[in-house]
Parts: sequence; structure tokens; C-alpha cells
Amino acid sequence: MGVFDRVMNAVQSRNPGADIDPLVADLAASLSADRVRTDGASRSLLSHDASVFDGGVAGPVCYPETTAEVQAIMSVAEAHGASVVPRGAGTGLAGGAIPLGKPIVVAVTKMNKVLEIDLDNRVAWVEPGVINLNLTKQLAPLGYHFAPDPSSQQVCTIGGNVANNSGGPHCLAYGVTDAHVVAVEVVVPSGDVLMLGGLEAEPLGYDLRGAFVGSEGTLGIATKVAVRLTKNPPAVRTLLLSFSSVADAANTVSGIIADGMVPAALEVMDQRITQAVENYVHAGYPTDAAAVLLAEVEGLPGGVALDAERIGEIGRANGATEVRAAESDEERALLWKGRKTAFGAIAQVKPDYYLHDTVVPRSKLAEVLEQVYAIADTYDLIVMNVFHAGDGNLHPLLVFDAREDGVLERVHQAGEEIIRASVEAGGVLSGEHGIGVEKQKYMDAMFTDADMEHQNRLRKSFDPACRANPGKVLPSGHSCADIQALRKVPTGVWG
Amino acid sequence: MSLLTITDPVLLGFAEEVGTAGDVAVEGGRTRWSFGGEASPTARLVAAPTGVVSYQPDEMTVQVRAGTTVADLHAELAKHGQRTALPERGGTVGGALAVGENAAESLGRGPIRNALLQVRYVSAEGELVTGGGPTVKNVTGYNLPKLLVGSLGTLGLMAEVILRTNPTPHTSRWLKAEGVDPFAIYNDLLRPGAIMWDGTTTWVLLEGHGVDVDAEQQLLAPHASFAEVDGPPDLPAHRWSLTPKDLRGANAEVHGSFVATIGTGLLFSTEPAPAQEVAANIVEVSERAKRFFDPTGRLNPGRNPLKARV
Repeated sequence: MGVFDRVMNAVQSRNPGADIDPLVADLAASLSADRVRTDGASRSLLSHDASVFDGGVAGPVCYPETTAEVQAIMSVAEAHGASVVPRGAGTGLAGGAIPLGKPIVVAVTKMNKVLEIDLDNRVAWVEPGVINLNLTKQLAPLGYHFAPDPSSQQVCTIGGNVANNSGGPHCLAYGVTDAHVVAVEVVVPSGDVLMLGGLEAEPLGYDLRGAFVGSEGTLGIATKVAVRLTKNPPAVRTLLLSFSSVADAANTVSGIIADGMVPAALEVMDQRITQAVENYVHAGYPTDAAAVLLAEVEGLPGGVALDAERIGEIGRANGATEVRAAESDEERALLWKGRKTAFGAIAQVKPDYYLHDTVVPRSKLAEVLEQVYAIADTYDLIVMNVFHAGDGNLHPLLVFDAREDGVLERVHQAGEEIIRASVEAGGVLSGEHGIGVEKQKYMDAMFTDADMEHQNRLRKSFDPACRANPGKVLPSGHSCADIQALRKVPTGVWG
Repeated sequence: MSLLTITDPVLLGFAEEVGTAGDVAVEGGRTRWSFGGEASPTARLVAAPTGVVSYQPDEMTVQVRAGTTVADLHAELAKHGQRTALPERGGTVGGALAVGENAAESLGRGPIRNALLQVRYVSAEGELVTGGGPTVKNVTGYNLPKLLVGSLGTLGLMAEVILRTNPTPHTSRWLKAEGVDPFAIYNDLLRPGAIMWDGTTTWVLLEGHGVDVDAEQQLLAPHASFAEVDGPPDLPAHRWSLTPKDLRGANAEVHGSFVATIGTGLLFSTEPAPAQEVAANIVEVSERAKRFFDPTGRLNPGRNPLKARV
């Protein structure tokens, strides 16, 4: 039993009588009393994720350990007309895991076993609560890894990666989670267990696997995932290019892609970020450059050397003031540590931040970034940019102190303008964080009513009664019976 | 007028042709015409519009109408040293996506479902609907493009798509040897373009920088003496969708004359594949989707993606 569980049990023991509700009684009978939490602290904790959004309050919090227990939760939920919110590590930034109304929260963190590593089929079967980086660590001695590597990979779960179709710096060459999920066992709200996709080359029928990945917990709960194993490349070279403007860095990225290369990663950080990172981890980033490009190429040694050389040339042609290659594994690891802890580093600048996630065509990177800086100026905010430049995935970071009067309003307005500027440039609302509750109101910038109605048809095919994570992704006018489902939650029980 | 309003008269014309009533079947290159069942004779035949609409090599995306042949598309992309994951077997872009078969070299090119970024299709109600988005990375909303790949036109008729393109490798080299273990070769190579095996002969496609292809060819030397050849063997007509591991058991008694594509699980055989079982609850979700998208069953009646491959 971990520290968290001990604290929670202690809290719960001070709340005797909190589980007299029939819904809780049924859940406790299906799992066990200690894995159905009803105390205020548990519910309050699981009423939020890593996003800034407030929703409702978690109803009973369940910690299933098996597929059968998830099925049982779904059946109890159906019998009581309750909705269900699946949850991994809660690192999502779009509010996908926050409860709306008072749903049953299903935390899959106890389903955390790597069930099988099947090298003949190049897959691993894992439970949804397995932590992303732990899987890759377990695969390392075998010479393989799980390619999606979100910045939160030390804590985020594979189930959460599946729900959000998560990305990460190295998804440029390898593709996001969808490309690495071969099959998923899913419990749908009816309680049925479906095996979507399969290990065979071309599973028959509609690609329900592809429909499920990225559906943000609104189609059901993944209980077992077959993820593809990617061979570790024998050679890796990490380059650090410095520029006197962000535009030069962005143009270098376009130049690299136009040259016919798809490096493993192409990450840009602006000066404010590199300065914060240097103060924080001393990773070796130049603090006098307006922008740096972290470029990684990998593969066989010969091609890696050629690509690295060519990236240097393209960088210099676009005004790079310095091109440096990491000389050792330690130096390389430190550069990546700097990149992946960038969001933590900004705490020195201001206590709070709002991280955005949009995608623009690569050729519009420089232009949209200029707009992003101008928008922040207009609202008197500091913006920092650290992003997956290779696939045009922007991550403007608005930093602020929430104690300042009216600052949240300005943060939200600036965010909205950044989103609209990205879509107007031919981009999309989200590259890897998802829609959740954060971006529902912008869906009509990309989709017509008919488009959203069709997305809702997909949703209803899995969940006709809309009891899986209701109120997310589609704006309320377009999401089947969400409102009704929320209303069906028994009132007065969880107050 | 909203930015989202589709104004391309060619697409609007196709939507009008599909109309709002009566059975319709979409006709591409007829390379897989009987796949998933014969089109109902009552259905009116329509064909998707043709032409590459816009191509941006440095975005690695191409916007193309669904009736364009894969050959025409790839000829256009080749001018900029790019290609897609779509199989080159004489058909159209829309046909390849609707059928959903992977290229025989999918080990290197990736599965076809990864190629589709955005789809515009005509719905059963005769409306143009857009799913997905134009950029290479996108998680905005539900993934309608994935649902459409392999759907045989039963949920909507594809009119125009945006596809991901990939750089064509600097060097592609096919090699052939007798009596080697293709599975051991698969384990030795980093990212082979394809490995094919007919029970005795192994063909290997090495792709990438010339220096890497040379280095990988050196790596193969201890296995056997490989000879350079023009391309893969002729592939038997029937596709068996197996797991990569199943291919270890490929044999003439069961599979007749066969070519197995190592690493993918796809096996080409002179014998038709046995019918595949589909779980009842998968059928249930699929049928529900069909009812939601096409309540009167007017889109490609007679075809069913859950029917066995032939």
C-alpha cells in the first residue's frame, strides 16, 4: 500500500457512514470497500486534473484491478443511471478527466502491469495504468521502446496516452500514439468487453481501434492495450542550433523538411524558455540566442552523419549563429532534460502558466509566432514558446501570477486569439492535448454543424446513452444525450 | 459565408450527383469490385471527382480528389521526391482508402490508415462532411478519417482527401537469397522496407541513404549470398491477414503457393483465406454505426466491411 492509499484510508476512516448510498454499496460489493472511496479528500483530489478547469465534484472514486471489475462498475453505473469518467494519472491539460455533474470516477492506476512482451509480434500487452516511461525502461534491455514520449512521460499512463492520442517530441518521425496501438480491449458503457483491432495485418471491418484512440474517454474504458515496440536505433545525434530570431529557427525547420528529411525530433525553444531552463537545470543551452533548435537524427551511423551535416548546412543558410552537436550521451540527456522540464522551469518567472496546444502548417510557423508575441503584448502578458516545430505543433505558454486582479480574464482572451490565429493560418485546435472541456467552444472554428453531428454518430455507436465521460469534446448542442445523462445522476446524494 | 463553407463546384457537383435518395454505389478503378460483397444491382453508379487540388511538399501533405488514380497522384509526388502509403495496384485514391488494403511494402511505408489526415465525403443525406484536419498532427475531435478507411463506402462517399506524404528514400535496393531465415533477418535490420518469403526464397527491400543500404547489405552477408534483383516476386491473388508470428507456420499444405510479408503478418496465397470470425459485440457496434450514418442503407448496398477478404 502506497503513501497515497494510506493517507486516503486514514481520511476515509474518519468518515464512517459515508457509504450508505445504494450506488456506493453496489460498487463496494463489486470491487471491495477499500477500493471505492467516498471521502471528501479523495473526491476533491479527483475532481481536478492538470488543467485549470473546474467541473463538478467526483462521485464515488473506484480503483478497479481487473477488466471484470471495470465491467462490474459499468453495470452498476447503468443500473443507477450514473455516468462514468475514466482517469489515468490526471496529467491532461484540456480538462478531459475532470468530472461534470457527479459521475463515478474510474481510476485505472492499480491496473499497472505489463502483461506480456511478445517480440515475435513486436508488441507489448499492457494494462492502462502502466506509466509510459516505465514501459520504455522495461523494454530497454531488449533493444526496444514505446515511441510516444509526452513531456509528462514519467507519470502519465498508457491508458491516458490512448485516450488523448498523445504525442511528444519524438512523434515527428514515429507518429503519435494511434500509430503505436495495435489493439485495445475496451469496456463500453453497456458493460460489454470489446477487442478493437488486433495483431493481425488487416483486421476486418471498420477501424474501431482508430476511432477509439483519442476519443478522450467518451467511448468506454481501455482495460488492455497492445502497443507496438519500436527498435532502438544504433546511432543518435543531437544538434543544438542557435539563432538570432525565432523566425530563423522556424525557417530552418521548414528547410529541413523541404530537403526530404524527417528527423526524429525538431524542437524550438525561445530565449525566455532557455534562460529559465538554464537557471533551473544548467543543461548547456545558450542564453544569449533568441531561439534554439534542438534537432535529433537517428538511424544507422552513416545516414545519421549525413543528415546531421545537412541540418547544420540548412541552419547556417538560415542564419544559425552556432551549430553544436552533443558530444556524449550525458550531454544529450541533459539537453533533453532541459527541454522536458521547461514547463517546471518557468515557475521562477511567474507562479502560474497556461499552456496552449495548436498546430499550424510548418510554412506558417514564423508568421503565427509573430502574431502570438503580439497578442501577448496586447494583453500585457509574458508568453514563452517551446514547441514541436517539426510538425508545426505550437505550445505558447502564457505565464502570470493568478493573484493579480483580472489577469485570468486576459489570459483566456489572449488564449482565444492564439487559437483563432492558428486555425485561420490553416491549422487545427489541438495537436496532442485534446479538446476536453477546454476547446469545445472553438470546435465550430474547424467544423460545421453537420461535421460535428457526424462525430457524434461515431460517439453514439459506442455509447448510445452517453454515459462515458459526458459533456466532453463536442459542444453541448452537438453531444447526444449528454445533458440528459448528467441530469439522471441521483440528486442530493453527493452534496 | 463561413470559412468552412465548401465552395469547390466540383465537390458540390459530386454531392448533388449522390443526391439525397436512392441507392448509390461508388465506382473507382474496379480493382477490388467484389470485395466485401457485390454492389446491389439496384444502385446507381457514381464516380468521385479527379485531380490533385494542392500539393505542398514542405508540409508533406497533398489535397487530392478521391477519383484520382494512385498512379497519377504518385507521379505528381515523385516530381518532389515523395510518395504515400497507398498501394499502387491500378486503382483510385478513394478506392484504395475505402478498401483499406496496405501496400505489400507496408513494413517501410506504414499502414494505409496512417496516410489519411482529412476526408471530405458525401453523407447519406447528400451533404458534404469534413472529418479530421489538414495538418500532419491533429487530435481535434473524433477521428472520422480512421472510421472511413476500410469502410467500403458504407458510411459516406469520399470526395476529397488530404494525405500525408513521405520522402522517397534516396536508395531502394531489392535483394534475394535462398535458404535463409527471414525472421532472423528481420531482427537484424533496423527498418527494412519489406521482407518477403515464399518458404525457400527471401526477398529484402533495403531503403534509405546509400551508405545505410550498403551497410545493411553487409549485415546480411553472414546469412547468405544475396543477389540484387529488380523487385519483389509476383504476389498470389489472395490475402491472408495473419499475425507476424503466424507467418512462422506458413506452409504449402495450408497456404498453397505463398509469399509472406515478414513483420506485417500479411500473406499472399494461391488459396482463399478462411472466413474470419468477428465477435458479436463488434458486429453490434458496427451495425449501429451504419444505422447512424446511413439509416436507409442507400450507400453501397450489398457491401459489408465485416465480410471475409477474398
